[in-house]
Amino acid sequence: MNIVVCIKQVPDTTNVKINPETNTLIREGVESIINPFDMYAIEESLRVKEKMEGTVTILSMGPPQVEDALREAVSLGADNAILLSDRAFAGADTLATSLTLAEGIRKIGGVDLIFMGKQAMDGDTGQVGPGVAEHLGIPHITDIRKIEEISEKEVILERLLEEGYVRLKAGLPIVLTVVKEINEPRLPSLRGKMAAKKAEITVWGVEDLKSNTDLVGLNGSPTQVMKIFSPPKPEGGKVFTGEPVDSVKALLKELRDGGIQLGVGGEKE
Amino acid sequence: MDYFLTEEQQMIKETAAQIAKEKIEPIALEYDEEQKFPDEIVKVLGDADLFRVFIPEEYDGLGGGVFEMSLVVEELSKACGGIALSYAASGLGTIPIILFGTDEQKKKYLPKLAAGEMIAAFALTEPNAGSDASAIVTSAKSDGDDYVINGTKQWITNGGDASIYTVICMTDPTRGARGSSAVLVDKGTEGFDFGKKEDKMGIRASSTRELIFQDCRVPKTNILGKEGMGFMVAMKTFDQSRPGVAAQALGIAQGALDKAVAYSRERHQFGKPVSSFQGLQFMMADMATQIEAARALTYQVARNVDAGVKNIAGMSAMAKLMASDTAMKVTTDAVQIFGGYGYMKEYPVEKMMRDAKITQIYEGTNQIQREVIAMNLIKESMRKKG
Repeated sequence: MNIVVCIKQVPDTTNVKINPETNTLIREGVESIINPFDMYAIEESLRVKEKMEGTVTILSMGPPQVEDALREAVSLGADNAILLSDRAFAGADTLATSLTLAEGIRKIGGVDLIFMGKQAMDGDTGQVGPGVAEHLGIPHITDIRKIEEISEKEVILERLLEEGYVRLKAGLPIVLTVVKEINEPRLPSLRGKMAAKKAEITVWGVEDLKSNTDLVGLNGSPTQVMKIFSPPKPEGGKVFTGEPVDSVKALLKELRDGGIQLGVGGEKE
Repeated sequence: MDYFLTEEQQMIKETAAQIAKEKIEPIALEYDEEQKFPDEIVKVLGDADLFRVFIPEEYDGLGGGVFEMSLVVEELSKACGGIALSYAASGLGTIPIILFGTDEQKKKYLPKLAAGEMIAAFALTEPNAGSDASAIVTSAKSDGDDYVINGTKQWITNGGDASIYTVICMTDPTRGARGSSAVLVDKGTEGFDFGKKEDKMGIRASSTRELIFQDCRVPKTNILGKEGMGFMVAMKTFDQSRPGVAAQALGIAQGALDKAVAYSRERHQFGKPVSSFQGLQFMMADMATQIEAARALTYQVARNVDAGVKNIAGMSAMAKLMASDTAMKVTTDAVQIFGGYGYMKEYPVEKMMRDAKITQIYEGTNQIQREVIAMNLIKESMRKKG
């Protein structure tokens, strides 16, 4: 089983800040991590590999520092890591990104199964998985919460819906995007970390992929981010402090004085 | 303070720290309350290769030593001294095999211990033989190609959960300490059973049980070293394992200090965080200083042990003595900083104070440690005078 996992390196958004003047993310001092949904994809690929035998190749597009994310994936047990990195890839939207990833997968060749997280936590589009599948001309299923059975030919799985799930059977090759219910990612082992340190990270650029430069990066991106901004903080408001009994009384008075009709019962002072 | 760890040691420390934070800390209070053995954490530690760190490379280990093991024990102990003990006690059970095992014994046990597929235990203490280890009465009688073991071992850490036990027995009771031998006994051997599980003050996640031997027959090839070397096996093992106990104490102490400092910044009294009061500041300063001093000693001793320095008994005892007394003091002060909340079970320092106490008692009480240190001093003085 030849498995590819597409991952994205993202800023750890638990402490991300936006520069209000340039409307871009402030990256200095912000740790980069593997997109959390992709961690589930990596884990699932390793589980399939352990069951079926095969190889897991981690694929990512991005600047050279994405190598750290790829090494982390290798420390978890992936066999190979490939970085698609070229100035020409910069500024790619989801269409151009999925094209470049698809070209990478085509160059790897003979891929049976492609895993991804359901979306990246920075862009939240969820479009790259389906996009890669379209560029490759193969099916995709999103939001997988369980792989029930898998063979060289087909896979039976559960796809999460808003209420409940649907059980599906599909032929390989296929792109699957996973949700966090699917597994609990393992922690890296010491041997894995040591292997990761020495691992060879293959880097492919535009020439390796024979990409049409009109279709990748900024050139190939019909959508562009105009502005990123934090939602404005709510202004005004009033805080009632003191003992709960007193502050509730004060609140009720304020509401009444403001002419707000209160509901029945429970407002006796 | 920078202890100039190698890249590999740093990796070991970080791996253990991540497990402590993500896997152990969230469950520590529950396991303490329920006295549950941490099977799934042992699996996580095994999968992370942490049991490999102190096992030679030719037996699937990573070739480190006591220092690497101590780094792991310290990190795990920051989250739970009890769960860390299950790891450390497996180390204690593994050390005699590394030190005295034949190639065959090593091949049989070390790869599985390295993978965390099995854990080990060490059995010396008996109801009437604690500090006076030479008073043991568990016997291993020669019978053809076998030993037949009879007797009871008490307070054995990992008892029941370990797969392999190094048991110190009397092979020749007429010779006292020189008549003892270390014998390997597999769990499941006929005549080898487990008694009651102890209900303890602290380190409650680790299991502490009686081992009961009734005409338990093991082949003579299970001996570690030679007949009569049992006491020496035990003492050499303790020389190597005491830095591990020191590391456990250090971890508990550091964990308590970290919690106390964080709490002192959150807790407000008289309109200010309590960290702004000098009374607490001085306490925290002393706690940090004592921990750092104990750490410097422990690390240096562990490095001496690994470097093969001779006569490590005294320094090894010093590390255990100082770190464990520090842990008791620091955790007691941490409870004080938490005030009334510190006395409550919902807050972590109450458990840390209970966990710290045992480090002053086991693997030689601190009184025995002082005796070891003093004996070394006196011997050294006699040697100098000639």
